[in-house]
Amino acid sequence: MDATTRKQLQATACKVRMGVIEGTFNAKSGHPGGSMSISDLLTYLYFAKMHVDPQNPDMADRDRLVLSKGHCAPALYSVLAQRGFFPYDELKSLRHIGAMLQGHPCIHIPGVDMSSGSLGQGISTACGMALAGKLDNAAYKVYAVLGDGEIEEGQVWEAAMFAAHYKLDNLIAIVDNNGLQIDGPITEVCSPEPITDKFAAFGWHVITMDAHDFDSIDAAFNEAETIVGKPVAIIQKSTKGKGVSFMENQVGWHGKAPNKEEYDKAMAELTAQLSELEG
Amino acid sequence: MADVIKKATRESYGEALAALADKYPNLVVLDADLAAATKTGVFKKACPERFFDCGIAEANMMGVAAGLAASGKIPFASTFAMFAAGRAYEIVRNSIGYPHLNVKIGATHAGISVGEDGATHQCNEDIALMRTIPGMTIINPADDVEAKAAIEAAINFDGPVYLRFGRLAAPIFNDAGTYKFELGKGIILREGKDVTIIASGLMVSEAVEAAKQLESDGIDARVINIHTIKPIDKDIIVKAASETGLIVTVEEHSVIGGLGSAVADVVTESKPVPVVKIGVNDEYGHSGPAAELLKEFGLCADNIAATVKKAMANK
Repeated sequence: MDATTRKQLQATACKVRMGVIEGTFNAKSGHPGGSMSISDLLTYLYFAKMHVDPQNPDMADRDRLVLSKGHCAPALYSVLAQRGFFPYDELKSLRHIGAMLQGHPCIHIPGVDMSSGSLGQGISTACGMALAGKLDNAAYKVYAVLGDGEIEEGQVWEAAMFAAHYKLDNLIAIVDNNGLQIDGPITEVCSPEPITDKFAAFGWHVITMDAHDFDSIDAAFNEAETIVGKPVAIIQKSTKGKGVSFMENQVGWHGKAPNKEEYDKAMAELTAQLSELEG
Repeated sequence: MADVIKKATRESYGEALAALADKYPNLVVLDADLAAATKTGVFKKACPERFFDCGIAEANMMGVAAGLAASGKIPFASTFAMFAAGRAYEIVRNSIGYPHLNVKIGATHAGISVGEDGATHQCNEDIALMRTIPGMTIINPADDVEAKAAIEAAINFDGPVYLRFGRLAAPIFNDAGTYKFELGKGIILREGKDVTIIASGLMVSEAVEAAKQLESDGIDARVINIHTIKPIDKDIIVKAASETGLIVTVEEHSVIGGLGSAVADVVTESKPVPVVKIGVNDEYGHSGPAAELLKEFGLCADNIAATVKKAMANK
């Protein structure tokens, strides 16, 4: 990845994070922590990897993304707004009555490929899309983004078994390994570790990457594209709340909105990061 | 009824899917290790490239069906009613119902006529569960002819459909040459002015038989077959309430939340008359031959006739 592209992606990811803060602040609820940990990932996918067209969100040969960890909808909405699927101002009415942007992803929102939010289900729907792609000999890829806490759901492993059995190499699951879930660290709540070994044992090709380093992200997805006959699991080592100092690695920011003071502070930090990147 | 041909609607399911495979190239069939029992094995034999066994993993199967539908396929997700509506309820609600995807759920082995397998596999709650999902269409066909017509109608309908099939061979009373399936429309099988028996699925032929018995007692019973439980045919029910003043519902399902409840919802809102519900009364089934269980639980012509007579006396 060249330096200009990297810098552009970093700047866009910063704007995506600002949208997450904007959305959750105005909603007075929502999930900023896990949204911030996948902001770089979604920025990379929607700006550097996926074949999508904001003017034609339902085009048949588009790449698809299922946000299986649907509570992190603020990040998905924010990246879709940045990519031009709908105006940025929609983020300000996130979760409001009559708003387009529902608390969890809804298939009727432009750019959202599947409703999700009840954990463990998105990986199955992504399997269905990948299977349809195989039936149609289509070239599209299907990305499923899961939480590391989410994979405690048994359905995830039903889907993992299915994807390997049917050799869905057009399916890439990304596990956001920020290590924290609502009740605490994943290793203390009911540990899903070792995550890489589990996916490998289920017949997946497993790659690990640094979730906040675009060179690492790029390398992981380029490797994923070379894999034939197996689904790919990318375990991204991430920081919950990444980008805002007081949110980083704080389990309390899983499902809490910033108040006005916190909003101002977070936006100031992100604005400073953006100025540095664009300066 | 000695010369009446019988066939289980699960057989109709497998045969119809296989017969329609060429006509509908987007048709895809999923099963959860029950292809021999749900009869999707017939489709698998005819069209192996569009059959996918998901193993014993019903939650994932429903999600896979949702993803297939979101990509333009018409998936039939097949398993026993207990697992389709029961185990996978929340996946059906959130991954299929909420996005209103074009998934057809083929639920076989519904009701207590599962027989010897007993209570764990006798699903008497599926209609109630599926009725609560906004936008879900529910079809409970009565015989082979109706089941096959319903399956093609479901293919041509854009949206989630729950199709309920039985394990037990049911009398074929509809004429394949003249039968027309209209989604959401009840069928008057017999006119009558004293009482209306509204039945669904396996109970329809029992209701017709009960009406014959009642005739000899001087009771003129109307019989209505409700194959589409949701959306239900309000007009035919309100008309029956107005013209006969008494309704008896019969279903191989719990009396809580099924056909009887759906009919009562319509009647109480539009034309209040007594509604007497025959079904499984808030209890589990148990093991035994299907025919004996049906008698024991009152899901037979004799009990329908007796219940109607008692209700007529209180009219």
